[in-house]
Amino acid sequence: MSAPVLDVEDLRVQLRTPRGTAHVVNGLTYSVGPGETVAVVGESGSGKSVSVLALLGLLPDRVATVSGRALLHGEDLLSMPPERLRQVRGPGAGMVFQDPMTSLNPVLTIGKQIVEGLRAHSDMSTAVARRRAAELLGEVGLPDPERVLDRYPHELSGGMRQRVVIAIALSNSPALLIADEATTALDVTVQAQIIDLVEQLQSDHGTGVIWITHDLGVVAGIADRVLVMYGGRCVEDGTVDDVLEHPVHPYTRGLLGSLPDLATPLGPDGEVPDLVTVPGLPPPPTDLPAGCVFWPRCPVRGDTRCETEQPPLVEIADGHSGHRGRELPHRAATWCAEAAHE
Amino acid sequence: MSDVLVSARGLEVHFSVRSAGLRRGAGGVLRAVDGVDLDIHRGETLGLVGESGCGKSTLGNALLHLVPPTGGRITFDGADITSLDRRGLKEMRRRAGMVFQDPFASLDPRRTVAQTVAEPLEVHKLRSGRRERAARVGELLELVGLDPAVAGRYPHEFSGGQRQRVGIARALAGEPDFLVCDEAIASLDVSVQAQVLNLLRRLQRRLGLTLLFISHDLAAVRHLADRIAVMYLGRVVEMGPAAAVGSDPQMPYTQALLSAVPVPHPALERARKRIVLRGDVPSPSAVPSGCRFRTRCPYAFEPCPEVDPALQEVGAPGQLAACHLHGVVPVS
Repeated sequence: MSAPVLDVEDLRVQLRTPRGTAHVVNGLTYSVGPGETVAVVGESGSGKSVSVLALLGLLPDRVATVSGRALLHGEDLLSMPPERLRQVRGPGAGMVFQDPMTSLNPVLTIGKQIVEGLRAHSDMSTAVARRRAAELLGEVGLPDPERVLDRYPHELSGGMRQRVVIAIALSNSPALLIADEATTALDVTVQAQIIDLVEQLQSDHGTGVIWITHDLGVVAGIADRVLVMYGGRCVEDGTVDDVLEHPVHPYTRGLLGSLPDLATPLGPDGEVPDLVTVPGLPPPPTDLPAGCVFWPRCPVRGDTRCETEQPPLVEIADGHSGHRGRELPHRAATWCAEAAHE
Repeated sequence: MSDVLVSARGLEVHFSVRSAGLRRGAGGVLRAVDGVDLDIHRGETLGLVGESGCGKSTLGNALLHLVPPTGGRITFDGADITSLDRRGLKEMRRRAGMVFQDPFASLDPRRTVAQTVAEPLEVHKLRSGRRERAARVGELLELVGLDPAVAGRYPHEFSGGQRQRVGIARALAGEPDFLVCDEAIASLDVSVQAQVLNLLRRLQRRLGLTLLFISHDLAAVRHLADRIAVMYLGRVVEMGPAAAVGSDPQMPYTQALLSAVPVPHPALERARKRIVLRGDVPSPSAVPSGCRFRTRCPYAFEPCPEVDPALQEVGAPGQLAACHLHGVVPVS
């Protein structure tokens, strides 16, 4: 396997809040290879968004303490001076946020916003940048790109706006694309269009992708690798087939069980069976439990270490399957003996 | 007693829109709901699906007379609700409740849970005396899986899922026959969604409720609904038993919509053939002539721009689809 685009090691983020220090990300280690898609899944408050905002230096210094290492092509994003980070953001890493209405500037035309990004990272003339902007809009599948350049965000539909945001993120052909709930606000048919688009661009440019979502259906379709976050920790990771089809961590199992699924067969009474739920709520990051982060909600807790000792993320059995020709370890952080032996 | 509790015939909700911003040009008509025929049977859960802007929320509101229809007829338990007097409307509102999408916006932050849940009891004079009302509030909270001891707390002390339970308790306070849930799980996390879905199903069975479950989440709808109605640009374009619509849709739009729903099984998901529709949904103020789906339909042929298709029986018993592929039947 070629050198990874991004290599994150022991990433930790603490935020100062009125209720005390919030331990939002607690030791995250992963890497993204060229052309690879890593899906980060978890519920609100699991730290998935904060972990990527920290990578790009987008958290306010006054409240956030970030530690660890994040090498983008060998260069540490976390210790980089702000000037250098600004240079890296366009061509190194592009980001697509959830809400395309708030991530575009409502008082600037689409053309201005794309040209701004292009000119910040090259000495292109405005005219050349504008031509390039029109090309980009064509690439992301917007009809009549020349006209779209002179439009304002409110004149476009949600799907079109998200395409514009993707065009901006891709305008400097980044090595890494971070999509934070990029399709969550969109309808399923538009989501399908956007996913097709990102996969196309990925195979054309070899972009590494971090796809943050809570939609496990989307993950099944696009991801090579999945990282499940809970309480700011990675509780399980592995190939998409291992994690979704043979989940080991009780939390991953609960998450999958609570999902209404069009492929669920009907029960003997001709009805869709009840959903399995995870009782309770995630712990607040200001007050994480000692031991395993999941134990207060865990349906199978019982090991004496659950409440006192934090389980390490270790390889379980051998990966059941590789994906796209790669063999990756399947790891989970749990004391749950029953799960580990299955 | 008829089997149909709520019924709509040729229902229309049109809004007149002024010209936008500084642009010139006359205003138009936004056809949010544009000729809907729908029957909701007693004790069933009807799932109403469609993409944003298709008019599903407006339809739900119109059925409760929260927006006045501009055309057509709605009957609730046999009575035409557009001709009800104030007292009749009030009684109808008691018998028909609503659970809203956003549990952060739909609860009054300055009222305690008890006050919120007790309000319908006071409005409809259902329990006299403070003690009786408090007892009923406790019952309702227990019914939705909350500890009656939380009655004195304010909404901000609750999580999204708990607030949604409060919203459901309030909707149930008037002992309604009919409940409209408009995107009631959309703003909740997956594990909490599952809790609320299970709760709604349990309540529906236990209380014999008739439920209209409006959602863009097809998997959730299939989970809960007996029948599914699919809306596109203000019109119901397919309707039928949940299993039939979910596994063998007859209208090309439903087929595309279902094919776009990702399933959490990698092997299935990778093998799945997505039907990717071209372009965007047309504006409801410029509905295409003939079949409203024809501009994005992969199978559009001669009659589509000319003839507006009516719902006709195709596929499984009770399944209806509005599509000329099954024979050209114009809307009467």
